[in-house]
Amino acid sequence: MLSKAAQFDEMGGVDGVTRLPYEKLSKWLSSVEPEFLASRRAQAELLFRRIGITFAVYGSQEATERLIPFDILPRIIARAEWAQLEKGLVQRVKALNLFLGDLYGPGEILRAGVVPSELVYRNPAFRPEMAGRRVPHDIFVHIAGIDIIRTDDDGFYVLEDNARTPSGVSYMLENREVLMRLLPDLFALHRVAPIENYPDQLLATLRSAAPRSAGADPVSVLLTPGQYNSAFYEHSFLADKLGVELVEGRDLFVKDDVVFMRTTEGPRRVDVIYRRIDDDFLDPLAFRPDSALGVAGLMGAYHAGNVTLANAVGTGVADDKAIYTYMPEVIRFYLGEEPLLKNVPTWRCREPEALAYVLEHLDELVVKEVNGSGGYGMLVGPHATRAQIADFAVKLAANPTNFIAQPTLALSTCPVSVERGVAPRHVDLRPFVLYGPNGASVVPGGLTRVAMTENSLVVNSSQGGGTKDTWIIDDAPARA
Amino acid sequence: MLSRTADNLYWLARYMERADFLARILQATRRLATLPKAYGGAETEWESALLSSGAAPAFHAAGLPVDEANVTDFLAFSPDNPSSIRNCIELARANARAVRTALTVEMWEAINGAYLELKAFGQRGGRSSEDLTRFLDVVKQVSAAYDGGAHRTMLRNDAYWFSRVGLYIERADNTARLLDVKYHVLLPDSEAVGGSLDYFQWTAILRAVSAHTAYHWVYRDSLKPWLVADLLILRPEMPRSLIACYESVVQNLDRLGKSHGRHGPAQRHGRAVLGQLENATIESVFHKGLHEFIQTFIADNHRLGALVSEQYLF
Repeated sequence: MLSKAAQFDEMGGVDGVTRLPYEKLSKWLSSVEPEFLASRRAQAELLFRRIGITFAVYGSQEATERLIPFDILPRIIARAEWAQLEKGLVQRVKALNLFLGDLYGPGEILRAGVVPSELVYRNPAFRPEMAGRRVPHDIFVHIAGIDIIRTDDDGFYVLEDNARTPSGVSYMLENREVLMRLLPDLFALHRVAPIENYPDQLLATLRSAAPRSAGADPVSVLLTPGQYNSAFYEHSFLADKLGVELVEGRDLFVKDDVVFMRTTEGPRRVDVIYRRIDDDFLDPLAFRPDSALGVAGLMGAYHAGNVTLANAVGTGVADDKAIYTYMPEVIRFYLGEEPLLKNVPTWRCREPEALAYVLEHLDELVVKEVNGSGGYGMLVGPHATRAQIADFAVKLAANPTNFIAQPTLALSTCPVSVERGVAPRHVDLRPFVLYGPNGASVVPGGLTRVAMTENSLVVNSSQGGGTKDTWIIDDAPARA
Repeated sequence: MLSRTADNLYWLARYMERADFLARILQATRRLATLPKAYGGAETEWESALLSSGAAPAFHAAGLPVDEANVTDFLAFSPDNPSSIRNCIELARANARAVRTALTVEMWEAINGAYLELKAFGQRGGRSSEDLTRFLDVVKQVSAAYDGGAHRTMLRNDAYWFSRVGLYIERADNTARLLDVKYHVLLPDSEAVGGSLDYFQWTAILRAVSAHTAYHWVYRDSLKPWLVADLLILRPEMPRSLIACYESVVQNLDRLGKSHGRHGPAQRHGRAVLGQLENATIESVFHKGLHEFIQTFIADNHRLGALVSEQYLF
């Protein structure tokens, strides 16, 4: 099932027979001229540039602002397929929240020996400051992005959990707006689940997560590191859609364990902070003293129960790639259910037999740092040179605890509009899950990321990956 | 609203207005510089352009000869001139990016469009006279699109009022500086001194503020230097006159004061300056001395900027 033999295309399956959800797209594609697609591609680029949707790439001097390539063909998932996926996502985020409450509380799962203690306590993302602390409504992860890959008709796997500050939702929303402007005819052929209510749901989730000491009309803000951050566009976009202030650390201050923002009318109390800065930078008094991005005294207000941070401090310990391998056990432990979504088989390099196997098979595996993100510092065995593999082996052997390895998966492909017509490219999917005291919701679809280069498996936007609009369509074919 | 947002909006409006003014100064000077020397078309025009834009000290510090190429480049494109059109647009965009949420799509597109145009112009390398003409037109168009976008699409709340206060304070400063550099040709006795040769100086001033036609509609008279001064200082129907700018400054400050529940030093000072303009006549201005009058105004206007910061921007 995870072999490289059968390449699964979401339109053509493995045998080239068009799969049901793609029937109309396929027919439509054969009816349009190549020039039409080319002109729409050019229009899309123009639209994105004008709106200023950019992404900063670290370490690239000439282009501090770059466009994320956008593919104009939608990725289509049928409602029945999605319903399964959705259930699995909610289950997973529920378990993540219980897990975090336990890790910073009684620690039952560690005492039961299901997850090794040292993986938690010696994890750099574990926050001793949070040990023994309750958070408002006992919710740690309000917003989760669970990365999913597909390998065949019913093979959905979780590649990674993002429980810190998952990004990308603005691209999901903008992709839909742009595509509706570009291809109205294609939309008219389908019944596509709308996603535009995501900001409203996010706001409702944030408000419902306010601490009990907040008034009836809690004030939420979005905390950004500022305009030089790679995801700044997203921060400003979301603040705008949410109708909340976009604040930087210097706009906030803490007095008597209450957080205030500086406004033209004087200080105003803040109850919920949707923070898009890392734990390390939140409060120079509690974490990195050199952080100019945070708010001195914020952790004091947090511990006093006067402000909600979304997501909570210390959630990184749960989305760590080493902890990931234990997620099926975590779900069983807290929910007494079988996981609905599968994990990708993973070798934990901290285990000697696994390490030996990985070192033997570096040329066919993907090796990742357990704390890395964004596709930095990983080895894609089949695409690496001998020298790169040799270098990596040294790094790996020196610090095996820091790495996990996975087979190179046969990521599904989707049709993508390229220079010469339409060609298959590898994709993954990041659905967004909101979790509050009133329950969970999943926005239908999510962000599809595309490896724009032929045969490439790297979809990260920091590595030149692109995005696609993602459609959840009604199974019953709409009348054309 | 956040104090930082208010600050950004205020400066954003100032930068966009300043870019527009620089484009106008450059256009007027290019026209004037093509005249024969006897008509006032001397190299001193480029020095005047530097003075009006407030960039003279920085330019001279660089030690370049004052000529068309150097001054144009310095005012339009130089990264070393903090107030060049290029820096104004880049700063405006940086401010706009930081407060995207407070801007409407139309305003953002105008600023981002200006930025892209600037980049494209920079990449083309060689700058022919024609390119420059086009560029200056684009800058004026963009500034108009931004202004119009704000006027047509922004909510009438403190975000709007702060950005309008910034715009009018900057515009008043620009008009005042233009007058100050040219005050000698506007003195009543200059007609006798320079004869009709100063005519082209007066039209250049009017052109720089798009008031060439307006003059004739207001006065129905041939160009008289004291009337040019009257138009740009005391005529409320002339949108770039000092008095018109201050009517708008006071109006927007009042709205801010009302929404914040109290009037402060900024409102009081704004009213006082407007009062002086309302009570003045062009005779009293010349009696006091045009130069002194304008110098006092520039200082008062600067002080208002400082008071706004103190009162609202923390």
